[in-house]
Amino acid sequence: MTKIVRALLAAALGAAMAAPAALAQDQLTIMAPAAPGGGWDGTARAMQEVLQATGIVKSVQVENVAGAGGTRGIAQFVRRSGDSKQWMVSGLVMVGAVIANKSPIGLNDVTPIARLTSEWQAIAVTPESKIKTMQDLAAALRANVAAVSWGGGSAGGTDHITAALLAKAAGADAARINYVAHSGGGESLAAILGNHVTLGVNSASEFMPLVEAKKLRIIGVSSAARIPGIDAPTFKETGLDVVIGNWRAIMAAPKLKDSDRDAVAQLVDRMVKSDAWKAKLKERGWENNYLPGPAFAKFIADEQKQVGEILAAVGIGK
Amino acid sequence: MEALQSLAGGFGVALNPVNLMWSFVGVLCGTLIGILPGIGPALTIALLLPVTYKLDPVASFVIFGGIYYGAMFGSSTTAILVNTPGETGSLVTTIDGHRMARKGRAPAALATAAIGSFVAGVIGTAMLALVAPEVVKLALLFGPADYFALMCVAFVAVSSLLGSSLLRGLLALFIGLALGLVGIDQQTGAARFAFGQLDLLDGIGITVVVVGLFAVGEALYQATLPRAGGSTVTPLDGPARMTAAEWSRSWKPWLRGTAIGFPLGAVPAGGTELPTFISYQTEKRLSPRPEEFGDGAIEGVAGPEAANNAAVAGVLVPLLTLGIPTSATAAIMLAAFQQYGLQPGPLLFGTRPDLVWGLIASLFIGNAMLLVLNLPLAGLWARLLYIPAPWLHGGILLFAALGVYGVNRSLFDVGVMTACGVLGLIMRRLDVPLAPVIVGMILGPMAEVQFRRAVQIAQGDLWVFVTRPISLSLLLIALALLIGPVLWRRARANAGSKA
Repeated sequence: MTKIVRALLAAALGAAMAAPAALAQDQLTIMAPAAPGGGWDGTARAMQEVLQATGIVKSVQVENVAGAGGTRGIAQFVRRSGDSKQWMVSGLVMVGAVIANKSPIGLNDVTPIARLTSEWQAIAVTPESKIKTMQDLAAALRANVAAVSWGGGSAGGTDHITAALLAKAAGADAARINYVAHSGGGESLAAILGNHVTLGVNSASEFMPLVEAKKLRIIGVSSAARIPGIDAPTFKETGLDVVIGNWRAIMAAPKLKDSDRDAVAQLVDRMVKSDAWKAKLKERGWENNYLPGPAFAKFIADEQKQVGEILAAVGIGK
Repeated sequence: MEALQSLAGGFGVALNPVNLMWSFVGVLCGTLIGILPGIGPALTIALLLPVTYKLDPVASFVIFGGIYYGAMFGSSTTAILVNTPGETGSLVTTIDGHRMARKGRAPAALATAAIGSFVAGVIGTAMLALVAPEVVKLALLFGPADYFALMCVAFVAVSSLLGSSLLRGLLALFIGLALGLVGIDQQTGAARFAFGQLDLLDGIGITVVVVGLFAVGEALYQATLPRAGGSTVTPLDGPARMTAAEWSRSWKPWLRGTAIGFPLGAVPAGGTELPTFISYQTEKRLSPRPEEFGDGAIEGVAGPEAANNAAVAGVLVPLLTLGIPTSATAAIMLAAFQQYGLQPGPLLFGTRPDLVWGLIASLFIGNAMLLVLNLPLAGLWARLLYIPAPWLHGGILLFAALGVYGVNRSLFDVGVMTACGVLGLIMRRLDVPLAPVIVGMILGPMAEVQFRRAVQIAQGDLWVFVTRPISLSLLLIALALLIGPVLWRRARANAGSKA
């Protein structure tokens, strides 16, 4: 008799234990550690749409926690330990922000799932600029690194990192680059178009409309291979060994059980391989740069090292 | 002429009943969020993006245009009636607008704000349609040194906002400058005055301070007043519309406000606040009754309210012609364009004329709707002042806290708001003006960042401010505004003593 009761209890308990794993497919919260409207928010909302439309997850909520380059968001996120229904969008900018803000909590404190997309960087000049090629730029940097002013986004962000890496690769002193930070893409584009800075550094997609209108020229891109539709060499081709993309990734809550982590990775894998996701990437102009599993964890470690070194060189996060 | 033809085509798109309805939805939403302190057009549009994505692009831009203008209309309402600007663009309106309301002229203040906004919105939109490509070329000429010089003009201009006591005004201005320093320094990425708090790294939100100082501070202040004496507000006195004298005092400020607001909105660092400061100063200087300013001068409402709406049209110039967003709202609108796979810029006028001209035409229609919506409401809104003060301010406190919390879902922000409320109470008690705090918070960081950019690009050469013609002329204007009145008074005194 007691045996039967025990067996029943065990079965009920087992069912109760198994239930959360099944529920993971029903609902989900994705944190965008930024304000509505930006790239992380866009990634979270694109995932929400695709996951729901394909039926991979029934109900997805997007939660915005803006501030401090995502470090405010990740600080809240780590409190959701062990909950496989809590995901967060992250990326290169957060790697930089953790270092710059000396945040005690970093990407090592959450569970990496996969890198999803990359946006490549580009260097652009106005048609009347004296700098016509990446070789011109490298020569100008070697002649007087401070005489070249770069117009780009926030200090310590992807644009700043790109500029510093290029200066270093050209053999100039990265610590002395004349990087002029702007609060948003619009403000820096205006400074570039008005010839108030020597050149602009930004994501290639932000430059494209002005390139098509022949108001700007792209002289180099940060990808490993040439980008279709952009008539410019890669940095590497021009002798500057810099490959850097503004990557965005999906992370899960800290301290997940291995089985939960694999389940999350599987959901993400199904999403990335869906036609709806491919259509979404095309619409947004994001390049698919999917990298799951241990390879992604290693990639994060490499990025942390590269970004840490270059930010230290330009004097950020000291 | 070509533009006029295209515009006619645009009206064809915008006057379609479905788009008319969306335009109405937009202006209504805009007016409401303009009235609610804390929630601004940028946030509203961002939150609506996923919803409007299902609509066709023309319809969603008609809504967004309506929201943007509507917010500027609505924010003057709370500025005038309850001394709390709904958006920072209506900060200056609190000074004379609220005095007018206290004297029973709330309907006139609301009407001059609404009509001024309409006039500026229509002229600004017309300029957007006709001269946008030329304006944007001029706007791009502005470099960091020129912006810094423009900020110098603005700093001189705000002297008229400092109130009767220079010492108290400067005290308030410096509180604002100090608050503006908090957070990550844009040029170096270094944290300043953040005390290791993650919540302070992005600085103190300006809306949080505005709501705290004005709404919460006012409520606390009212609570400390003796109840028996009753309110000092005269809800209504005189006709519920503008008198002939008020009309004749308003129309010139409307036009001057437009002339100041549109170009300053179009330059890539202008925004909607800066033109209102300069407009207020201009009106005070030109008025034959400068002593009335600060005590309910209608020009002090008419000019700045026209200026902030014209600036909205100005902000759309670089957005539509170059795809360059120069305000938070414009940045979100750019994201909205991109959501449809559209890229604003020189090519958009060619590839999607229906969209661009439909949007421009709907801005005209939206402005007309806002006028029709707001003029009859002016008398009705003014009746809000009949609500007993404890109830009114209780309601304002609730909405203020909700609005501030809703923006970032941050309890920290609510705490900052409360602290600013206490500061506002103390400042009111000591008769220190509030507006200069916000002016300092807006102008201080802008002036600093432009100064440092200019010097950095010039590799440390300070002459950059006087070798550029735009910068030099602006600095000379600032100097003339600063010492001109003093010299003028001296000269008059000398002439008087000789006679």
